Parts: sequence; structure tokens; C-alpha cells
Amino acid sequence: MIRVSGLKKSFNNNEVLKDISFQVNEGETVAIIGPSGSGKSTLLRCLNYLERPDAGSIEVGEVSIDAEKPKKVLVNQLRMQTSMVFQHYNLFKNKTVLENITYPLTATKKYRRREADAVGQNLLEQVGILDKQEAYPISLSGGQQQRVGIARALAVDPHAILFDEPTSSLDPEWVGEVLNVISDIAQKDKTMLIVTHEMNFARDIADRVIFMADGYIVEEGKPEDIFDNPQHERTRRFLSKYGRQVSTENNKEEPALVMA
Amino acid sequence: MNFDLAYMLEIIPELLVYIPITLYLAIVSMIIAVAIGVVLSLLLVNKTPVLLQLSKLYISFFRGTPVLVQLLMIYFGLPQLFPWLNSLSAVNAAIIAFSLNTSAYLAEIFRAALISVDKGQTEAAISTGLTYRQAVWGIVLPQAVRNAVPATGNMFIGLIKNSSLAFTIGVTELLAQGKLLATATLQFFEAYLAVGIIYWGMTIVYSWVQRWYEARINRPYEV
Ligand SMILES: Nc1ncnc2c1ncn2[C@@H]1O[C@H](COP(=O)(O)OP(=O)(O)OP(=O)(O)O)[C@@H](O)[C@H]1O
Ligand SMILES: [Mg+2]
Repeated sequence: MIRVSGLKKSFNNNEVLKDISFQVNEGETVAIIGPSGSGKSTLLRCLNYLERPDAGSIEVGEVSIDAEKPKKVLVNQLRMQTSMVFQHYNLFKNKTVLENITYPLTATKKYRRREADAVGQNLLEQVGILDKQEAYPISLSGGQQQRVGIARALAVDPHAILFDEPTSSLDPEWVGEVLNVISDIAQKDKTMLIVTHEMNFARDIADRVIFMADGYIVEEGKPEDIFDNPQHERTRRFLSKYGRQVSTENNKEEPALVMA
Repeated sequence: MNFDLAYMLEIIPELLVYIPITLYLAIVSMIIAVAIGVVLSLLLVNKTPVLLQLSKLYISFFRGTPVLVQLLMIYFGLPQLFPWLNSLSAVNAAIIAFSLNTSAYLAEIFRAALISVDKGQTEAAISTGLTYRQAVWGIVLPQAVRNAVPATGNMFIGLIKNSSLAFTIGVTELLAQGKLLATATLQFFEAYLAVGIIYWGMTIVYSWVQRWYEARINRPYEV
């Protein structure tokens, strides 16, 4: 479970997160959508303290942390509760595919080498890329790299997985395979928070959708409600830009979407 | 033209005996310089207040003044200020001067190598639960080393050759011995050419070693 309340974050004088509160329940998949620059990545990065929030509190799994007085030990523990899948994959370039997964296991979790290898190979099999275990990241396609990134995130067996636009830098031909892998994980009741611009994907796999704009959560709800029957003008305006992507009959009948 | 090839070949074995002292000067200085350079580069990258300014001053001084001047300052000048340094041997003075001088250049090389490692690498490491230190040791430094090896190797080649400056403070190394032979026989060209060829040979052998090492560490990054 993830519980965030009153989260604020500024970069210099640019107030990016203005008072964010939400919750993700155990096993739930939540998609975060919103315009570019609305603070989605910043929000995700606050959850594992890649960015340090200015105010508010964050609770993930057994660890809760108060932004006013974050102890170093707690920050490290908080980071152990989640793992992250990055837009640009960020695979360790100096490690093989298998080592990308096993290195965090042997370095932090004190797995033995052989146990870690078994875990890693099992996950590589799941994401369909076991045959590349000895290869280095540079020799993989984007889709292959991202599947390794997902396996790496799964390996540490986190409380929740954070995805920041996992398909945005992929060539169109690889998007499908990566989305399929993520859908598989969602079905296994992992707790997941996914920032995405793939509206159809969000609609299909999310239990809940959060729409963010200008540093606030504008509205949240079931995918059907958000996409077919948005309550706020700001949401409608955003969705109209993606109107063609969210292709359901409902959308076409919704005048606000077409006109906005 | 009277070039005495036989004489030159004859003195080469006499000069080869001095390779160990030359390599000793170069290698020990390099090791110390790398250690200082790493610390300086971390201060530069992390922008630690006060220490950052001191590092910059240090780097600026040792890059901005001739290494020969530094050598003379350390060997002749320091004992004048600090009499307890009177017992400083010429070899140690040379090592200190070469270390300090080289470290200033290495600091800049290492700084560039560190900042050219993508920030996403550290972030990915931290996001999987590694500590910052584990991320730096396991992920960032190995990639920085690869970036730094070519320029660092050039510094080492420079150091092998610059170690000849130690003869000015009385260290009997390769060049000093060559000069001795030259003045004894007055066959300057043969003697200095022999010395030059030996330095050349050392740098060529070192270049092979470096090329082999570069190929080895570049393997993960080649498609
Ligand atoms: N490290 C940083 N330093 C300064 N400003 C930043 C930093 N990171 C983000 N910002 C600013 O914060 C705002 C929100 O950025 P963020 O990346 O969170 O948006 P986003 O919703 O993820 O956008 P996108 O959909 O384009 O990824 C932007 O105005 C951005 O310029
Ligand atoms: Mg973003």
C-alpha cells in the first residue's frame, strides 16, 4: 500500500507539486495521466526519494516518512519498498543482462550468487528474454532493454513498482511487447503505479486512474469514469487531445470532448 | 658524418640497468597521483564548500607552473623553510613533485569521467535499493574508469618521460647515466639517441598494455 498526504515539491521557485494526497491499495494498479510538465515524474520520484519532497508524508509498505524530518535510515528503507522502471531503461551498462538483475540482489539483499542467478533467470524467462542473459544492454533493442528493466524491478520483490512512461522512448514496433509484460504483472496483483501517455493501456489495465495537472490531482476514479465521463473541464480538455487514442463509442458521443 | 653505431649498441645494456629506477619514479608517482586525483575529483564533483575552492587553487597552481620549478622548490626550497626536511632524498623529492603535478591533471580527467556517466545509472541503482556508496562503487566508478583510461594513460606516458627531470636534482636515472656516458666519451649523439630509444621503447610497450586493457574494458559497450 502507498499512502501520500500533503506532498509538496518545488524546484527553486517553481512549485511543481502543490498538495498531493492519494492512496494505492495493496495489489492495485493505478495509472497517472496528465499533461507534460504537470509533475507526474516528480511525484513518482518523490516516492523513492530520487527527489526530496519539501513537505508532506509518504508511506509505502512498512515504512513511513515525514518530509520535514527524513532520517537517512528511513530514506534507505523507503527505497527498499519500491523499485522503478524508467523511460530510458537505465540498465547498468557495465553489467550483463543477468547481472543487471542479480547485482542489486547480491549487493543489498545478501543473496548468494547462485540463488540470485536462479531468481534472475526465472524472471528473464518470464519476460521472454532468457536467451540474452549473457549479453550487454547496448546490444539489445529498446523493447528488450525495457523488459530487462522490468525484470530488474521485479527481482527485488518490492512492495510496489513505479513505472515512469515505460514505453515513451520505444519505437512503435516494441511498444506492444512491453505493454504485454506489464499487463501480465498487473494480473499477478502486484501493487503498481504507472505514469503513462498510453490512454488505451491505462484504460485496460488500471484499476484506478489519477489525472494530474499543474501540480494538483484534478480527479481520480475508475478508468471508465475518467475517460468516458470526466467531471472536470481540465480533464476534458486534456482528454480531447488524446481523444483519437481513447477510441470508444462513448467518446464520440461526448460533445465536450470533441469541442474542447 | 661519424655516427658510431657500435658504440651506441654497446652502451644500451649499460643504460637498460636504469630502467627500474625510471619505472620506479613513474609508477610510484602515478599511484600517489591517482589517489590524490580521485579525492580531488570527488571534491570537484560533489562541490564540497571550501574544499572545492582549495582543490581548484591546488589544481590551478600545479597546472600553471613548470614541473621543473615545482621539483626545485620541493627539493631545495622546502628544507630551507622546514629544516627537518633536510633528510628528504632526491628520489623522494622527485616522487613528491611528480605526484602533486600529475594529480592536478588527473583530477580534471577523473572529474570529466565521473560526470560523463549518465545520472540515470545512479538513479537506477538507488531505486533498486542500493545505497549511494554501493551505486558509486559498483556502477558509476567502473564506467568512469573506462572513460578515464585513455587520458590517464597519456599522463602516465608523460610521467615516464618527465621522470628524466629528476636528473636535475641528482637522481641517477636513465638520462643522468646517458649524460655521464656522453660527457665521458664525448659521443653525445649516440648516448642521447640511446637514451631516447629506451624511453621510446618503454612508452611503446606501455601503449600495448593499455590497448589490451582498453579492449578488455570496452567489451560491454560494443555491439
Ligand atoms: N531536477 C529538476 N530541476 C528543476 N526543475 C525540474 C526538475 N525536474 C523537473 N522539473 C520541473 O518540474 C516540472 C514538472 O516536471 P515533471 O518531469 O515532473 O513533469 P511530467 O508530468 O513528468 O512531464 P512529462 O509528461 O513531460 O514527463 C517541470 O516544469 C520541470 O521543468
Ligand atoms: Mg515525466
